[in-house]
Amino acid sequence: MHTLDLWSMLFVFMLATFVGFQVIQNVSRLLHTPLMSLTNAISAIAIVGSIIIAGEEKTVLSTVIGAVAVAASMTNIVSGFLITDRMLKMFRERKPR
Amino acid sequence: MSLVDHLTQATYLAAAALFIFSLRWLSTPKTARQGVMAGVAGMTLAIVGTLLHPEIVSYRWILVALVVGTAIGVPLSWVPLTAVPQRTALSHAFGGLAAGLVGTAKYMLWLQDGELTAFRTFAIVVEVLLGYLTFTGSLMAAGKLQEVLPTRPITYKNQNVINLLLLAIAIGSGLYLVARPDTWQLFPIVVVLSLLFGVLLILPIGGADMPTVISLLNSYAGLSAVAMGFVLENKVLITAGALDGSSGFILSVIMCKAMNRSFSNVLFGAFGQVAAVQAAAEAKAVKSATPRDVADILENASSVVVIPGYGMAVAQAQHRVRELYDQLTKRGIECRFAIHPVAGRMPGHMNVLLAEAEVPYTALSEMDDINPDMPQVDVAIVVGANDVVNPAARHDKASPIFGMPIINADKAKTVIAIKRTMNPGFAGIENELYSGDNCLMAFGDAKAVLGEIVKALSGDAGIH
Repeated sequence: MHTLDLWSMLFVFMLATFVGFQVIQNVSRLLHTPLMSLTNAISAIAIVGSIIIAGEEKTVLSTVIGAVAVAASMTNIVSGFLITDRMLKMFRERKPR
Repeated sequence: MSLVDHLTQATYLAAAALFIFSLRWLSTPKTARQGVMAGVAGMTLAIVGTLLHPEIVSYRWILVALVVGTAIGVPLSWVPLTAVPQRTALSHAFGGLAAGLVGTAKYMLWLQDGELTAFRTFAIVVEVLLGYLTFTGSLMAAGKLQEVLPTRPITYKNQNVINLLLLAIAIGSGLYLVARPDTWQLFPIVVVLSLLFGVLLILPIGGADMPTVISLLNSYAGLSAVAMGFVLENKVLITAGALDGSSGFILSVIMCKAMNRSFSNVLFGAFGQVAAVQAAAEAKAVKSATPRDVADILENASSVVVIPGYGMAVAQAQHRVRELYDQLTKRGIECRFAIHPVAGRMPGHMNVLLAEAEVPYTALSEMDDINPDMPQVDVAIVVGANDVVNPAARHDKASPIFGMPIINADKAKTVIAIKRTMNPGFAGIENELYSGDNCLMAFGDAKAVLGEIVKALSGDAGIH
C-alpha cells in the first residue's frame, strides 16, 4: 500500500468520527434503542468485504469463512433495518383513533 | 482503474452519504423512518456495487449466504420488544464475528501469497482482537439478558489481574506478529485469547450495568468494522464503522454519566456483588395502600408522573400503564412519564416499550426536564423502578449509588410505589423512598395491581 493511501484512510476515519459525534448527539433520547439497531445495520456494511472473500474462492477455507461472514452480516442488515422500522412506526405524537 | 472500479467506488461514496443522512434523520421521530429508507438504499447500492467486482469468480456461495442471512434476520426482527436488548446484543455478536472472520481469512490468504506487510498485519490484529472479543462478549451479554446465563455478576479471586494479563498476552502476541508476520503460530493464540477475553470481560457484569455494556460492545463492533476497512482499504467500511463506533461511544458516556460511574468502574467494579453485602440492613416501617386507595388518590390529583423501570418490562405491564394514562387523561388529569437514561436494559428501552403500548411520545419526559417540576406533581407512581428513584443517591455518602442522578420522585406530594415485595432492587440497596412519609406501597405484580387501579378508576367513571 502507498503511504498516501494510509493517510487518506486515516483522514476518512477522523472526519467520519467527527460527523458521527455531531449527528448522533442530535438524535433524540427517545430514539436511542432504534439508533442502536440502525447503526448496527449500517455497520453490517462489512458485508462488502465478506462478499469478495466468499466470491473470489481462493481456497476452500477462505470461501467458507467468507460465506459465514456474509450470512452474519446479512442477518444484521435484514433484522436491523426491519426492527428499526418496526419500532419507529410505534412512535406517534398522538394516539391513533 | 477500470470503469467497473469507478462505478463500485461511486456506489460506496453514495452509500456513505446516505448513511450519514440516515442518522441525521433519526434526530426526531417525524423524520426517523425516512432515515431507515436512506440506510436501506445505501446498503443496497453498496452491495450491488460490490457484486460487480471483477475478482468475484462465482456467486453461488454469496447467494447461499445471503439467503441464509435473510432467513435468520427476518424472524429475528419479530422478537417481542421486551427482548430487544437481547436481539441487539446478538447483532453486536454477529457484527464482531463477521469482522473476526474476514480478518482471519485475509491473514491466511496474504500469508499464503507472501503479501503480509507490517501495516496489514497490524490492522488485522486489531480487527481480529476487537471482532472476536465483541463476538463472545456480546453472546455472553445476550445470554445474561435472555437469562439462560446467571444475571448476577460472577466473580473470582484476582479476576481483574487475570483478565488484564490475558489481554496483555493477546496484545503482546499480536505486536510480535506485526514485527514478524510469518510467525503464524501466534495468530491462533491471538484468536483464542480474544474469544476467551470476551467471555471473561462480561462474566462480572450484572443486569443493571447492561445499558452501558451493550453500548460499549456496540462501539467495539463499530471499531472492528473500521479496522476491517483499514485491512481491505475500503473507505465506506471505515465511514460506517466510525459512525457506529462513535454512536456506541456516545451512548456509553451517557449511560455512565447517568449512573455517575466511570467505564473502568462498570467493567471492573462488579457492582451488584459489592453492594449485596449491605442488603442485610434492617427493614423500616412502610405504609401500604390497596388499588382502591390508589384510585381515590389519583382521582383527586391534577398532575401525575409515572416512573417506569425494568420491572415494568419484566411484568409486561406497559399496556396497563397506557390504560392508566388513558383513564387519567380522560379526566383531564395531566399524566407524564419520567424516563431515567439507564431505566431498563439498554438505552431508550422504556421509550420503545411505552411507544409500543401506544403512549404518545410527547408524554415521555427525560429526567432533567421533569425534575424541576417534581415538587408540583401530585402523585408520582413508581412502576418497577428502584435505584433510579432512591433519594440516598443525593445525600447518603455511604450509599453505593451516591452521586447518581435520580428522578426526584420523593419530592412529589404523594408517591405510590408498585412493588412485588420489600426485597431490595438489583443493587441490593435499601430504598429510603419507601419509608418516606409521603410514600404508599402497593404490593403485588405490577401488571395485576395496575389492572385493578384502572378497573377501580373506570368503574367510577359513571358516578362522577
